[in-house]
Amino acid sequence: MSVDNNTVKKIARLARIHVDEDRRDALAGELNAILSWIEELETVDTDNVEPLASVTGHSLPIRDDVVSDGNKQEQVIANAPETTSGFFVVPKVVE
Amino acid sequence: MSNLVQGQTGEWEVVIGMEVHAQVTSHSKLFSGSSTAFGAGPNQNVSLVDAAMPGMLPVINGACVRQAIKTGLGLKAEINLTSVFDRKNYFYADLPQGYQISQFKHPIVGEGVLTIELSDGSSHAIGIERLHLEQDAGKSLHDQHPSKSYIDLNRSGVALMEIVSKPDLRSAEQAGAYIKKLRSILRYLGTCDGNMEEGSLRADVNVSVRKPGAPLGTRTETKNLNSVRFIMQTIDAEVERQIEVIEDGGEIFQETRLFDTSTGMTRAMRSKEDAHDYRYFPDPDLLPLSVTQDYVDEIAAELPELPDDIRMRMVDEYGLSSYDAGVLTEERETALFYETASAGRDRKIVANWMSVELFGALNKAGKILAESPVSPAALGELVDLITQGTISGRIAKDVFAEMFETGEAAASIIESKGLKQVSDTGAIEALIDKVIAENQDKVDEYRGGKDKLFGFFVGQTMKLSGGQANPGMVNQMLKDKLK
Repeated sequence: MSVDNNTVKKIARLARIHVDEDRRDALAGELNAILSWIEELETVDTDNVEPLASVTGHSLPIRDDVVSDGNKQEQVIANAPETTSGFFVVPKVVE
Repeated sequence: MSNLVQGQTGEWEVVIGMEVHAQVTSHSKLFSGSSTAFGAGPNQNVSLVDAAMPGMLPVINGACVRQAIKTGLGLKAEINLTSVFDRKNYFYADLPQGYQISQFKHPIVGEGVLTIELSDGSSHAIGIERLHLEQDAGKSLHDQHPSKSYIDLNRSGVALMEIVSKPDLRSAEQAGAYIKKLRSILRYLGTCDGNMEEGSLRADVNVSVRKPGAPLGTRTETKNLNSVRFIMQTIDAEVERQIEVIEDGGEIFQETRLFDTSTGMTRAMRSKEDAHDYRYFPDPDLLPLSVTQDYVDEIAAELPELPDDIRMRMVDEYGLSSYDAGVLTEERETALFYETASAGRDRKIVANWMSVELFGALNKAGKILAESPVSPAALGELVDLITQGTISGRIAKDVFAEMFETGEAAASIIESKGLKQVSDTGAIEALIDKVIAENQDKVDEYRGGKDKLFGFFVGQTMKLSGGQANPGMVNQMLKDKLK
């Protein structure tokens, strides 16, 4: 798999990251370098090896179903550029 | 019954699959300790995790996992002892993380089955593809300001079960039956309250059409339908639209559509070319979710009797028709009411009184069963009075109406209104003699061979008694007298 100029443009848009047009070729080169390292990893024989999710040996911590948080509207909206009566206010995004 | 739809160029087969989002019944959210209660002020039930503040980490709610497994077992589905949470990436104002934590490749529940019954008595097994746990998004209000949207994150992070059917549904009626049955099972299990108005149960409907036997057509997806009626209307509208487009030489595009409740039509969402590029990957904040078979077995042992099982029992043991049993088991409360009212009595008569008189009266009064002025015990008592011959079925209807009106017991209404059935031979004989004396011409005709007139005599005698004469006795005695 190889990343070209257009793919860079697309994934930048999907990630909402602005990339100037004259930076795209350079980024494509960097991404292709990363992908080729991964391709190199793929040459390792992993047949009969279980996928590893964590090196700590911990299992997923599980919570009890109790209400222990919330009721902090002021903190939640404190950093919002615009608010009204407890709501976040954003440019209209209606379908 | 054929489900094919007639078009200009022949018949079309409709293929429907549904994705239902069911809010898990729990006190707190899937990955945070804030409340799931409906109706709080804006952004009150929001923690810094739900608002996706930097550095916050999700910790899973064990009760939501249990509910998902319970639902899976209720759908006779395979439970996956290991499942994985993935990030589904997209940007929207009410999704503060920039991704939804969902399960993509390894859902907690695999294939299952749900059986639907239709009004024509047929039943169909609808395949369940999978059930996975995921977070709900927040809520956007678009109608509060001309150029702004208001965002409330109270729902953000609430646990949802997405239940995906196989494309096994063939008509709007089947889709309606499917969602009703699913809602019924969820309510019996107590894993989702099924309240569609509050958004606890919402459906996305995938529809395509094809010539019978042809490969699947291109499907469209209509999102976020929150009533059975809208689901059925959407399907009808979409089927009609697709057939028209294809028959006019056009093409169906795989797209997301919206149902407009004011026009009853669907329309394409403004096209978002990247909308389906979710770039799923395993959430690095969450280890795989593992449960033991013992844990699953423990939940299985606690499952309540489900509507299909109760229905079968009502048909086999109580002798009810499959249809009546279906009506009585759709809601758990209804089934419990019926079991209480009919215990130790004629099950069929009670079923009949419930589905005809009680439901009729409730419907007319705009009440639900929980608000019924007639208790299960009171209805049972009324049925006892009929079967013991204290009142006739005809009078019982009046008594029932009075019970529904006043909440009084049947026995006291009968007592105070003097409605007891007349089973006294002398009294009935007097009535019959009077009817015969007043209709001598008809008596002659009857004796001359006009048998049909018998019903007339019964009717007249009953009428004269104010409906209180024992109909069986009237019948027998009339036969003797008219010989």
